[in-house]
Amino acid sequence: MAVTPPQDRLWWKEPLARMEITWISIAFVWGLVMFFTMVYWHIDGKQNLSNEAYRISPDAFAEKVEVFADEYTVREEGETGIPVVRPPAGGDAYMLGRLWDWWPILELKKGESYRLHLSSLDWMHGFSLQPANINIQVHPNYEMVLTITPDKAGVYSVVCNEFCGIGHHQMVGRIYVTE
Amino acid sequence: MATTFAHRVCPDTGLKVCRNAEALIKANAVVAIVFLAIGGLFGLLVALTRWPAVHILPADLFYLALTAHGADILIFWIIFFEIAILYFASAVLLNCRLATPRFAWLAFALMLVGALMGNVAVLQGESSVMFTSYVPMQAAPHFYLGLILFAVGALIAVFVFFGTLVVAHQEKTYEGSIPLVTFGAVAAAIIAVYTIASGAIILIPTFLWSVGLIGEIDTLTYRVVWWGLGHSSQQINVAAHVAVWYAIAALTVGSKPLSEKVSRMAFLLYIAFLPIASAHHLLTDPGLSSEFKIFNTSYAIYLAVLASMIHGMSVPGAIEAAQRRNGFTQGVFGWLRNAPWGNPAFSGMFLSVVMFGFVGGISGVVLGTEQLNLLMHNTLYVTGHFHGTVAAGTTLAFMAITYLVIPLIFRRELILKRWCKWQPYLFGIGTFGISMLMMGAGTLGVSRRHWDMTFSDATLSFDYPPAAFLMMGLNGIFAVLATIGGIMFVVIVVGSVLAGKSRDAEAAKTSPIIFQGGGATIAGHGGEATLKLPGTVTLVTVFFISFVLYYFVNWKFLSEVWPLS
Repeated sequence: MAVTPPQDRLWWKEPLARMEITWISIAFVWGLVMFFTMVYWHIDGKQNLSNEAYRISPDAFAEKVEVFADEYTVREEGETGIPVVRPPAGGDAYMLGRLWDWWPILELKKGESYRLHLSSLDWMHGFSLQPANINIQVHPNYEMVLTITPDKAGVYSVVCNEFCGIGHHQMVGRIYVTE
Repeated sequence: MATTFAHRVCPDTGLKVCRNAEALIKANAVVAIVFLAIGGLFGLLVALTRWPAVHILPADLFYLALTAHGADILIFWIIFFEIAILYFASAVLLNCRLATPRFAWLAFALMLVGALMGNVAVLQGESSVMFTSYVPMQAAPHFYLGLILFAVGALIAVFVFFGTLVVAHQEKTYEGSIPLVTFGAVAAAIIAVYTIASGAIILIPTFLWSVGLIGEIDTLTYRVVWWGLGHSSQQINVAAHVAVWYAIAALTVGSKPLSEKVSRMAFLLYIAFLPIASAHHLLTDPGLSSEFKIFNTSYAIYLAVLASMIHGMSVPGAIEAAQRRNGFTQGVFGWLRNAPWGNPAFSGMFLSVVMFGFVGGISGVVLGTEQLNLLMHNTLYVTGHFHGTVAAGTTLAFMAITYLVIPLIFRRELILKRWCKWQPYLFGIGTFGISMLMMGAGTLGVSRRHWDMTFSDATLSFDYPPAAFLMMGLNGIFAVLATIGGIMFVVIVVGSVLAGKSRDAEAAKTSPIIFQGGGATIAGHGGEATLKLPGTVTLVTVFFISFVLYYFVNWKFLSEVWPLS
């Protein structure tokens, strides 16, 4: 029994049954398939997270985002007048997370690529783009740069999905994708 | 010959049960179940708050309850119980005395003080930082200190376990190799050492930071090292509950491992590869390379997954082989139909095997795939996954073995026999439901650790799809079901320990706990000729097909997301 010492003292010499060998082989090959699927997707898949990131202080990042917003704001929205910023197609877009909002609102054009810079000014936040369902961890002191290509027009929301304190559930941002 | 030590001879097994080990197993198991009860009730409050129509707690208490639920269940319940398992798998199964009982009591005291300190810190309301306590969000210093004391205690207990193995070996209390269950416990203990070391490396500086002695802790470093604790501690559970599966299968239907070699190799793979994989939690973090992520998240080419798939074949295989020997040979599944489904130890164990594999296991691999993770990171899918592993898998397995521990170690008959029969099913269905529904809601994007999915007081509005609301309502209902199962369990355990009929030698003869098939059943196993197990082949085939289909369906989902690079 499994609760007593092995009956056959030379248990490591027992031959394997065919069923065991077959199953172990299948499981091992399946592991290889899953491993190389990840590698393959880097070569031929269209959804990969960038490895590009920089160390940056929250102040420096906030300043970059302000400069970006000053330059490309097209209108303001909501009671608090959040700027809606339309970056040039193919250019850089910035969004910061802080307690408790995502700032600013972005307006992107469908089919164009943007270099999206994400960072936090305080605690960790979770960039959860809905309903596209793209979820990215956002750290303070790290600026992550990823290239995104929105392929469907619509109104997208950015929910915070990393717990960031009592106002966590109010933290919603927005991205518009226009035709 | 074995030296003498204070012991009793178990009328059920004939084993010598060391009095110290017995007392420590009882103490650790009882405290574990107290924390299960506390943590479980916090879990109910969390689920009722996330049920949009009920929404019972205000935001601050919700986050408090969620922190307490995580700490009490994921750390205190599970590790106290695992320490009891380690003492059982060493001193009791090896028929020897427990090494350094004083240190074992010291370990127990430290763990208890740490766990109480952590709970007090959380209940005071200044430490609602979640079980993960990510910096720079700060908890009260005694929150971290409590965790550190608990970890030190657990580490001492693990070394008492290792010491007991040495004692058993030197005093020659067993012949040949240690039993498979003890081998599995060794795997769990080795992973525990790694885990606790990671915890110390990150929690000690975090404690110093909380009292102002360290200026700043890097968030990425914190996450990388913390998950060496957080993920690996769940791997202790995997190794421990697999060992428990083998133990229950042996005790309830008299099963013997199909192959000692294969099962032990699988445990060795756990030791070598399970402790990596902290990257499961870091796949969408900045500043880590894809090479690191792919290697780490796949436990190097999925070698730990391979190990789990091996156990997934060999546990049901061992049961089938035993049942066929016991005479249940008709058809493909006659052995399963005629299994002791009314014995809560068996039913709990088998449900745990199936749900850990199909729900927790498959979802875990999908979630831990580098690119697929961005579909689900930090959504309720993650929570659904680990309720499949920790609640439906580990907790149910530990509940199941408790039904054997009460008569064998506490020497008490179970009370409320009908409740015992139904409890694993209620808890199993409840936890199955919450796992699946949270995974469903997560697939629709619902955030984990979130008080208000309606975003009613947010400046910008957002609505999750109606299906997500439906799922969260159903999730609440299944959580209530799981809670009823949990309450029944606690009542059965407390009632049996306090008021159960004392189990004497006579009872051991008339109503045996341990399978009485005799030696012939056991001796016949092993070797190619005897292994015709069509039921197990069918089960693993169904499992494999589900796994492959679900895996590639998720790649299909991913391919529909905005192109990212």
